[in-house]
Amino acid sequence: MTNVNLTLNGKAVSADVPDNTLLVSFIRETMALTGTHVGCDTSQCGACVVHVNGESVKSCTMLAVAAEGAEVTTIEGIGSAESLHPMQQAFHENHGLQCGFCTPGMVMSAIELVEKNPNPSEQDVREGLEGNICRCTGYHNIVKSVQAGAQKMGG
Amino acid sequence: MYQTNYVKAASTDEAVGHMSSGGQLLAGGMTLIPTMKQRLASPETVVDLAGCGLSGIEDTGDAIRIGAMTRHVDVAESAVVQGAIPALAALAGGIGDRQVRNRGTIGGSVANNDPSACYPAAVLGLGGTVHTNKRDIAADDFFTGMFETALDEDEMITAVSFPKVAKAAYLKFPNPASRYAMVGVFVAAGGDGTRVAVTGAGSDGVFRHGGMESALDGDFSASALDGVAVDSSDLIGDIHAAPDYRAHLVREMAKRAVDAC
Ligand SMILES: Cc1cc2nc3c(=O)[nH]c(=O)nc-3n(C[C@H](O)[C@H](O)[C@H](O)COP(=O)(O)OP(=O)(O)OC[C@H]3O[C@@H](n4cnc5c(N)ncnc54)[C@H](O)[C@@H]3O)c2cc1C
Ligand code: FES
Ligand code: FES
Repeated sequence: MTNVNLTLNGKAVSADVPDNTLLVSFIRETMALTGTHVGCDTSQCGACVVHVNGESVKSCTMLAVAAEGAEVTTIEGIGSAESLHPMQQAFHENHGLQCGFCTPGMVMSAIELVEKNPNPSEQDVREGLEGNICRCTGYHNIVKSVQAGAQKMGG
Repeated sequence: MYQTNYVKAASTDEAVGHMSSGGQLLAGGMTLIPTMKQRLASPETVVDLAGCGLSGIEDTGDAIRIGAMTRHVDVAESAVVQGAIPALAALAGGIGDRQVRNRGTIGGSVANNDPSACYPAAVLGLGGTVHTNKRDIAADDFFTGMFETALDEDEMITAVSFPKVAKAAYLKFPNPASRYAMVGVFVAAGGDGTRVAVTGAGSDGVFRHGGMESALDGDFSASALDGVAVDSSDLIGDIHAAPDYRAHLVREMAKRAVDAC
């Protein structure tokens, strides 16, 4: 067991967890924030993407103890049902999701992508979302959503 | 995942101390953690290197020295690497996906010597040097077989140096799901002649292709590779590609790399 202290969506949190606890389990099970999903066990699907110190990370492939002292942001931390983040709003308006399972990870990856590249081309978006797999949409509307989200975010 | 104990080392010495008592190093975790999740690895102790100060990129005059904990994203975006060895920056930027590059490190990749990994091709293709807590190991002596290296049990990589060369390029045929190399070829033309390193294909991991090297030393053009035999008998065959298809890809990627030089 190790006592893990980190900032989760702007709030200081702390818990004793076994050392082999993955960051995604800490978020979903210990902190009961189930917006972050688990879609694979091979670190390939990106459903679990969160931000650690402002960078997108697969939370299924990081130990919670290694996030000691970090600022972690999940899909719950970027907007609310009443006031969506511009990227969430863009997914909503452009039919960027069907079942929605991949969407939290897509949105978190897309936000970092746009922060780094405020005006991404279609190719930039497709390459930037290489680590996020969607079984439903065929990606076309996801790319549209991210480009629209980039405009809304001020690109 | 089996139970484990996590320690964060504050220095290389401390990390090596933990290794001597059976600890397994944790760098970016992009290989080790999936392996632990699949219960293919069950280290009693994992030793996080994040606090050892091993990350950074330095221009040493005739070479670029990259600290073991430097992430793929930092190499890809480094102005120093882009200026001195653009092929190396491009290789790092083509590893996996953004999230893999945000965590994965050069030390972890080189130590792991996955037969489909990209960095081993750059280390061998550029004739780099692997620096450890004990010694400097030339690329030609470092990679000793699939997932095998010259590292001792209690030896860790601290940095990797790459000589600046006249021209170089890396071309990869990525596996469409993982982005690992189904075949990747690194071609470098420098002072000591042309080096051609092949990853993704060899049953013993990364290797140099002598036939292609001599052909390119005679005539540095893609067409010079047309007549060079690529023996498929030592190449990997799996669900992604049969050995003879990999042999075809080796020549094709090599030709494209020469054209890109
Ligand atoms: C979805 C996905 C796609 C990927 N695609 C590619 C790709 O296209 N090309 C590619 O090359 N790689 C790819 N990788 C692998 C990635 O580059 C890894 O980051 C890398 O292989 C391991 O580096 P790491 O820092 O994550 O090491 P870790 O997983 O932390 O460690 C790997 C191994 O190296 C040991 N180790 C770590 N650091 C040191 C050190 N300094 N000295 C000695 N031993 C050490 C560890 O004990 C462990 O055995 C991919 C990975 C994933 C999950
Ligand atoms: S759950 Fe699939 S990459 Fe993390
Ligand atoms: S919307 Fe169903 S997986 Fe992407």
